[in-house]
Amino acid sequence: MSIHDHNSCPGHGCEGLCCLELKDVGVSMGGQELLRSISLHLHCGEIVALIGPNGAGKSTLFKTILGQLPHSGDLQFHRSDGKRSRPIIGYVPQSPAFDRGDPVSVLDFLSAAIADWPVFLPIPGKLRRQVGLCLERTHAQGLLDKRIGALSGGELQRVLMALALEPLPHILILDEPLSGVDVEGERQLLDMLDELRKTYDLSILLSTHDFATLEGYADKVILLKNTVLKQGSPTQVLGSPEFQDVFHLRMGREGL
Amino acid sequence: MELWYSLVELLPFEWAQSGQMFFMKNALLAVLVISPLFGLLSTMVVQSRMSFFSDALGHSAFTGVAIGVLCGLQEPLWAAVAFALLFSLLFTWVRRRSDLASDTVIGVFSSTAVALGIFIATLDGGSFTKFNSLLVGDILSVEPRKILLLAAILGVILVLWLCAYNTLLLSALHPALADSRGIRVFWQEAVLNAAIALVVTVSMTWVGLLVINSLLVLPAAGARCVARNTRQYHLFSVLGAVVCGLAGLMTSYYAGASAGASITLYLALFFTVSMILKKH
Repeated sequence: MSIHDHNSCPGHGCEGLCCLELKDVGVSMGGQELLRSISLHLHCGEIVALIGPNGAGKSTLFKTILGQLPHSGDLQFHRSDGKRSRPIIGYVPQSPAFDRGDPVSVLDFLSAAIADWPVFLPIPGKLRRQVGLCLERTHAQGLLDKRIGALSGGELQRVLMALALEPLPHILILDEPLSGVDVEGERQLLDMLDELRKTYDLSILLSTHDFATLEGYADKVILLKNTVLKQGSPTQVLGSPEFQDVFHLRMGREGL
Repeated sequence: MELWYSLVELLPFEWAQSGQMFFMKNALLAVLVISPLFGLLSTMVVQSRMSFFSDALGHSAFTGVAIGVLCGLQEPLWAAVAFALLFSLLFTWVRRRSDLASDTVIGVFSSTAVALGIFIATLDGGSFTKFNSLLVGDILSVEPRKILLLAAILGVILVLWLCAYNTLLLSALHPALADSRGIRVFWQEAVLNAAIALVVTVSMTWVGLLVINSLLVLPAAGARCVARNTRQYHLFSVLGAVVCGLAGLMTSYYAGASAGASITLYLALFFTVSMILKKH
């Protein structure tokens, strides 16, 4: 069943599959409407790309899904067995700048996030192995004893992704994962996302400004500007008049 | 205390001899309690970039004492603790609510509190000199009962570290990430700020307000230069603080200078050596 079948039957989009459903979600802050009437489905095993100009509300939408903002409308997670529950969401923030001098190793950082054992005490071997296994999911096991301030952009992203996958989430959210990554790093990252969603059947939601590669990996693209202007396959969205409208200037300049 | 006195008498110093110089023996024990306390708290003050906040707290802590004196309290220290806790919680809240940069909010709080303190202290033509002792501090005046209080606070900080170090660390490293993992970052900040307020206020009488912040910044600043992980960070910070604390107390005894200042100078030396070690 393809995603287009889902979109064509509103109200039944989640049946039989695990999925996150947003129904008429709106967010206002300080009298300003940041998001309005957002309705969409995120299915497990699907990579969804969120595009839109700066200030379109992409980060606000992420925060809303993460449950950090009060919102109107409905946010429901349907499990594949038909029951509803709170989803586990993994979040990979936009390349954070840790202090170069932070005396915190990757082991400390991950242990602090996934375990109760206070990391200023010697770390038990069991926890060390557990963190090693987490890092293996993103092929980052070699970074265990490196300081987080000394990691390269790509390495840091692997570590953050390993953290977001523990506990194994239903939904993985990545904020601008492709910004500041070179072509080779981008390919590796996209391959890894593809591998992760197949292995763990999780739905992946990422924001990006890199339209050129969308068709290669995204199952669905959502064009956001305070509300959903257009959603569908990459070809549908990138070829739509709405997309042309929103990014008209940008496209014009890039064409020169 | 008797046990402690008989232990100290084993030391080969003239002041360590039996039956005399109890103030020095008390001070030695107080340093052994205060220095690991500051070494431990220091790691988080520096990690969370709160060194300006602790400085501001130190400079305004006497305001609480002034309020306590004004109210005619027997023990103005508790008024000071209450004032500092209120100051730190209000600061955490205002910083969260406003769009101003952290250092601006600290500046606002610090100057208001200091001004309030000076106003109350000089009401009715009062003289500020009675607060001078707080500025420099005197570890030699510490009483056994107060050492017990300091030890209790060390215990509180230790328990806080055991229960909440991980969440404090994550909140300091990346608030948004901590938030996404269900950590309530505001309360982490509030608890840390309250802990700093408690420690600064209770120990100001002995360390001195003018140098107290150096004890909260220098141990961890030095440790950061050489530590590669959280365990080394804590080890170096606490060890550095204890060694410098002891060396500073000895120096102040033989040179007749303020202990707080001597300890700070040793810590500055510790920091310098760490910096040089890092380069090589």
